[in-house]
Amino acid sequence: MLNIKPTTGPHTTENLSIGGIMRQVIYALIPATLFGLYLFGWPAINLFLITLFSALFFEYFCLKLADKPALPALKDSSALLTAWLLAMSLPPWAPWWVGVIGAGMAIILGKQVYGGLGQNLFNPAMLARVALLISFPLELTTWANVAPWLSETAPDFKTGLHITFMGLDTIDGSTGATVLGYVKTELSQKHPLSVSLADIYNANNAWLGFMRGSLSETSAILLILGGGWLLFKKIITWHIPLSIIVSVALISAVFHTLNPEIYLSPSVHLSSGALMCAAFFIATDYVTSPNTPVGQLIFGSACGLLIFTIRTWGGYPEGAAFAILLMNAFTPLIDHYVKPRIYGRDRQRRPLEL
Amino acid sequence: MISLMQSFRIRGGVHPDPKKTATTDLSIASDFPLPKKLYIPLQQHVGKPAEPVVRVGDYVYKGQLLAHSQGMISAPVHAPSSGVVTDIADYPAPHPSALPIRTVFMETDGKDAWQLLQTPTDPFALSAEEISLRVGAAGVVGMGGATFPAAVKLNLGRKNKISTLLINGGECEPYLTCDDRLMQESADGIIDGIRIMLHGMETPQAIVGIEDNKPAAFRAMKKAAADYRQIEVRQVPTHYPMGWDRQLIRYLTGKEVPADGRATDVGVLMHNVATAYAIHHAIRHNRPLVDRVVTIAGGAAVSPGNVWVPIGTLISELLDYCRVDRARMARLVMGGPMMGDALPIAELPVVKATSGILALTQDEITRGSEQACIRCARCISACPAGLLPVDMANRIRSNQLEAAVDIGLKDCISCGSCSYVCPSNIPLVHYFKYAAGELAARQQAQHKTEQTKKLIDERNKRIERIEKQKAEEAARELAAKVAKYTADQAEQVI
Repeated sequence: MLNIKPTTGPHTTENLSIGGIMRQVIYALIPATLFGLYLFGWPAINLFLITLFSALFFEYFCLKLADKPALPALKDSSALLTAWLLAMSLPPWAPWWVGVIGAGMAIILGKQVYGGLGQNLFNPAMLARVALLISFPLELTTWANVAPWLSETAPDFKTGLHITFMGLDTIDGSTGATVLGYVKTELSQKHPLSVSLADIYNANNAWLGFMRGSLSETSAILLILGGGWLLFKKIITWHIPLSIIVSVALISAVFHTLNPEIYLSPSVHLSSGALMCAAFFIATDYVTSPNTPVGQLIFGSACGLLIFTIRTWGGYPEGAAFAILLMNAFTPLIDHYVKPRIYGRDRQRRPLEL
Repeated sequence: MISLMQSFRIRGGVHPDPKKTATTDLSIASDFPLPKKLYIPLQQHVGKPAEPVVRVGDYVYKGQLLAHSQGMISAPVHAPSSGVVTDIADYPAPHPSALPIRTVFMETDGKDAWQLLQTPTDPFALSAEEISLRVGAAGVVGMGGATFPAAVKLNLGRKNKISTLLINGGECEPYLTCDDRLMQESADGIIDGIRIMLHGMETPQAIVGIEDNKPAAFRAMKKAAADYRQIEVRQVPTHYPMGWDRQLIRYLTGKEVPADGRATDVGVLMHNVATAYAIHHAIRHNRPLVDRVVTIAGGAAVSPGNVWVPIGTLISELLDYCRVDRARMARLVMGGPMMGDALPIAELPVVKATSGILALTQDEITRGSEQACIRCARCISACPAGLLPVDMANRIRSNQLEAAVDIGLKDCISCGSCSYVCPSNIPLVHYFKYAAGELAARQQAQHKTEQTKKLIDERNKRIERIEKQKAEEAARELAAKVAKYTADQAEQVI
């Protein structure tokens, strides 16, 4: 019968929930994730699961501590997604504690200390990624060779456990540098790109993802596919991904034309899976990106500029995480200055003149 | 190309499930049994309530004046059927509060006898002023739900010499099909009403905008308007809130009404299709507004449809007519589901603004529990007014109402698009309505304080003045005494 409690319209609503959105993002990540787990085998699976379960534990722990109901928050899958994105960005054979500490930093320092979901200034996964990189540079820059399932080099379950829990020390020759890392080192020794790229870069493998890199960020193609799904499902809009990709492509094209021996081509930049992951999945995080389309275009273009700058002249070969964190800090400022024009008013919010 | 240019003129908005199929192909029922009792509120319009001219016990014919309009902005009320006035007293209004307002109670005699009608006149032989007068006297108000007196608007249009009359056939609210059916069945009458309005406002042209999910209505209107070059019938995209007058004005004319202005400032004026039809009846047939088409729909209505209903009919009787399953009805809404009002009881009268009665089931209204805002900005892209609903709600939540006004609270039209899309189920419109009410209350309190202060100040000044006068008088008396004494002394010396 009738409910006497006063309510206002609308009396109907779109069938969408936070959990629904988070799960769509996870679905979009599945192809790239499965591919990464296939490439790097048991140690990667171990690390992936450890990171996920640690994040859920930390989320539960924080909510209990804050005396908030834990189950609804766990059900919205936001902690799961954060951990998923973090795990994807880790070196695939990193030891177990990297996943645990990373998940702890992402959930506790990246999210819950700010007051939980929706309150954080920085993307939790990237915050943890960068904190790990600075704290444990060796573990975070040890890149396993591609060792697909059923191949000769693939570690079996037991070896996988050893790598995850005892470390890599007994296994020689199973690691190397990423494309961006290798050319950066070579450039520092004055070796031109035409020589160093020939050693390590194969365009097809790079786009498909058959190369050293983060756990599930090697395949640009699969990440683009997932991003396309999110666009199709209207979970994200095109503004941030496109502005990042276009700005990286344009800036790198200009410098590459000026000196192809020092500056990487747009194709090498774009085929790095980390860039696509950042463009479609990380920079588009609702909480830490601007609210308006124009703001998002500014945010994305600046992210692209920073990614190129850090990759080219910075101390680290990959700049996506740093670039996004830096721009996260600017999000409130962008939102303060970039606002939609109110109907019937000019940008200064004065009524329109006739 | 033109349509692409025009689509840039639509901002924000949402695409709710139209849910119109249940009623859009059914003819408007005209066999609704005449209710035994009618409850006719004296305020069914924006402005001052009407003043009764009948007395308890009077016999009235259908269409006879019950109460005349008062003041500049008001509208009269007429008897929806013939019968006896049994009381003039307070009765709950069809409003979420169901607070009582002055209402004429009638017992119908079943004859439904019209008062003796004047012979119809040729509207185009009447002067423009006469058209406005007659429309006003017929009690016609904006039938789209705004209920602004139509005659006042006609006068505004004439005085401002507007260039185009816009007719709103958008009907963008889900479920509602009353305008759609009216256009399908009575397009000739509507077009005639539009011609009369053009004559009454001395306006050269009219554009009718109809959402493209009503092809039958569009065809019927196009056909009816074929002989009149001054009336153009256009399709507009199906896009809530297309029926917001300012959205439709911008879409059809490219002009934007200033925030502090009226539509007439950009040379246009908008009326609803049902208003045009009511005006057609008022002028052609001398029939005041005594009934209207109401859509009865919603999951709990077993036989939904559109019905011609006398004003003053209790909603509960309509529910019975459309066989609404009361046990399944979780919410009763007057109007559409986006902006309509939830009614606490069904024993409330149908008024001139009642476009729809929705008997919604629990499934139709269920919202998940409110969750944290994830700043997804869906509310911002959905807002047709270009506001920041999430920021306004945050400010209201922390009781910074003035800060919410600074970023545009007063430009909110309560269309509900933001709440509709919010994945966290935050009742944004609720916040905005609360803030608007609270601000009005504070302003009133402030006004009261100022008045009190003014009165106290005046009283203090008065007291001061009186005391000053007294002191002056005392001083004068003293001076007189002194003078007298000095004079006496002087006399004695002499």
